Amino acid sequence: MRLEIGKINITDIRFAEESKVEGGVLYVNAEDFKPVVLEDEKIKDVYFDIAKPGESVRITPVKDVIEPRVKVEGKGGVFPGWISKVDTVGSGKTLALKGMALVTAGKIVGFQEGVIDMTGPGADYTPFSKTLNLVMVCEPVEGLKQHDYEAAVRKAGFRVAAKIGELARGIEPDETCVYETCGIKEGIEKYPDLPRVGYVSMLQTQGLLHDTYVYGVDAKQIIPTIMSPTEAMDGAIVSGNCVSACDKNPTYIHQNNPVIEDLFAQHGKTINFVCQIITNENVYLADKERSSNMTAKLCRMLDLDGIILTQEGFGNPDTDLIMNCKKIEAEGVKTVIVTDEYAGRDGKSQSLADADVAADAVVTGGNANEVIILPKLDKVIGTLDYINKIAGASDKTLREDGTLEVEIQVITAATNEMGFGTLSAR
Amino acid sequence: MAKIKVVHYINQFFAGIGGEEKADIPAELHKGEVIGPGMAFNTGFKDEAEIIATIVCGDSYFNENIEAVKAEILGWVKDLAPDLFIAGPAFNAGRYGVACGTIAAAVQEELGIKSMTGMYVENPGADMYKDKTYILQTKDSAAGMRDAVKKMTAFALKYAKGEKIGASCQDGYMNQGVRVNFFEKERGSKRAVDMLLKKLADEPFTTEYPMPDFDRVEPNPAVKDMAHAKIALVTSGGIVVKGNPDHIESSSASRFGEYSLEGVYDLDENTFETAHGGYDPVYANQDADRVLPVDVLRDLEKEGVIGKLHEKYYATVGNGTSVANAKGFGAEIGKRLVADGVDAVILTST
Repeated sequence: MRLEIGKINITDIRFAEESKVEGGVLYVNAEDFKPVVLEDEKIKDVYFDIAKPGESVRITPVKDVIEPRVKVEGKGGVFPGWISKVDTVGSGKTLALKGMALVTAGKIVGFQEGVIDMTGPGADYTPFSKTLNLVMVCEPVEGLKQHDYEAAVRKAGFRVAAKIGELARGIEPDETCVYETCGIKEGIEKYPDLPRVGYVSMLQTQGLLHDTYVYGVDAKQIIPTIMSPTEAMDGAIVSGNCVSACDKNPTYIHQNNPVIEDLFAQHGKTINFVCQIITNENVYLADKERSSNMTAKLCRMLDLDGIILTQEGFGNPDTDLIMNCKKIEAEGVKTVIVTDEYAGRDGKSQSLADADVAADAVVTGGNANEVIILPKLDKVIGTLDYINKIAGASDKTLREDGTLEVEIQVITAATNEMGFGTLSAR
Repeated sequence: MAKIKVVHYINQFFAGIGGEEKADIPAELHKGEVIGPGMAFNTGFKDEAEIIATIVCGDSYFNENIEAVKAEILGWVKDLAPDLFIAGPAFNAGRYGVACGTIAAAVQEELGIKSMTGMYVENPGADMYKDKTYILQTKDSAAGMRDAVKKMTAFALKYAKGEKIGASCQDGYMNQGVRVNFFEKERGSKRAVDMLLKKLADEPFTTEYPMPDFDRVEPNPAVKDMAHAKIALVTSGGIVVKGNPDHIESSSASRFGEYSLEGVYDLDENTFETAHGGYDPVYANQDADRVLPVDVLRDLEKEGVIGKLHEKYYATVGNGTSVANAKGFGAEIGKRLVADGVDAVILTST
């Protein structure tokens, strides 16, 4: 499959009378987007705000981060199963608004929502301090249960992102990147001497606010399957989860999956990048065993020589990580793991909830329990009402002088387990 | 700014006294003298630090009189009150490495004076002391002296000045078993691809997280006589008395709670809730028995299937809680359960 991503560099976001993309600037009339959010009766109100890199702004509680994209050629449309029908995506041409993100925020859903600081030490840990952020703060109707609220905000985010993406239709991109994978036979003929490499991505599916969707399907209910790595770029995989902010994979990171990008960079040179294999992280033992059996089998059937295995979340999914690694290695497929660590505030504890000698090649996104003091910032988009309650905070988080004492766990994508950031640990 | 004061420890060989035949010389204090590798350190320090005394001891003497010689040297170092104590480097010399590790660790622990040493990774002193002092990694023989001195002086100045010490791989010391965060040059995905390319080519690569020996607990044998057993409930699912009186954190718990079940036959939404931040709390808050099955245990008690439900239960939050904390909670809860004559425990998670 061949997908062209046309990149439109966004250099500023401004509120204006007319919503449009022009000269690299996204102009937003919030009134155009409010009805798109409020068409869901579960959302009582919404307001939009803008946060720019370097500003003294804190966004919290952050739910999802999305990159607006629009499909201009080829089958299907963005966010299949949600916004578009379920045609297979990942071929043709898609335009992406680069340098910006849509951030969904508002009153807390669960406990595992994040913080994005646009300046100060916290900004170093989140990739979204470097993007221009259009923030959508939602208020649920009263009495709405957490999971209904989560679903409502998630879907509203996709609707708004798609509508922003539409503004870019017809615009000439600043740069175009081409991503292409071959069929099985074609790949073997074209690159007979290159090792065959796959990417096994574990999707968060522990349930109870810990879900990921593939073409609209709750990934808890899938049996591991293979995908073209370009499908994720059109929004085939979306986040629906409230896992700790530091290591949940926001939709933005699925769309810009760094492992896929970096494997493509080697494709045809040092490796033959065959496919993405998606699997889940269910909580029942039988599910764990079935899914890891299936990923190992798929790796074998595809005659892969090596894979990269990424995780989402921590604790319970560590057992899936180790099961996948053990079984895939046992099939003779060389495996490198990307994970993060919960080594305690002092860094002295065992980092994962499971371990095995087969996991001899590990890349880490750092220790999520590391404590950091975040300064008081001038403006909060969202609310600090829940800051002492989110995962990675404590009853001592909000201090008298307005500073926050938190684990980096609270910072969106700080220890991302797809290797989106540079943070590590030894 | 005043110069940083350093006391240096070396063996008889590096002091130029002699080899194996002189390994039994007792400890000597050379105030104001800079001897052997100390010269190179002093040059490397430029004007920022200086060696104010050198302590020399034979390797055999040190290892055979360890307590006495340690006390003697600690006495000298205490009086000299340096800012930093450096031992070695010992390269792959076993007894010298152990001496350097022992004395550096003692200076740090007993006098509270910053200490460091240097040696080869396979020196037996390395494994014994790498978590007790900073051990800079050197080559295996004195041919690596230049390199060792360069690394050690740079580290010494940074350390003595109180600058932040980075991760072990950044600052060249042996990992102390403490995970330290830092920013790499390449993002994680690129590092993973590079590591995979090496693994595929059978080239050496270094994992960023060496797997620990995993601590597995063998289950106890089954309880034979349940009808007379006292059963306790313990949960990592965060069920607490409403309002979370102990402020157990929603993730990375630092404590557990002990709550009474006296007169409680059914948990309801007015009296119990979950503090756990790792799952949708709606169903647990509606009916906390779903996580902590008090209602069912009370039924079994009535039916005589179990002897008695213990009148206290223990709860914490498993979400992101470090293994070390969890182990600590487990040990303490276990102690209290044993003291209360509990025969068996049902552990519920989420």
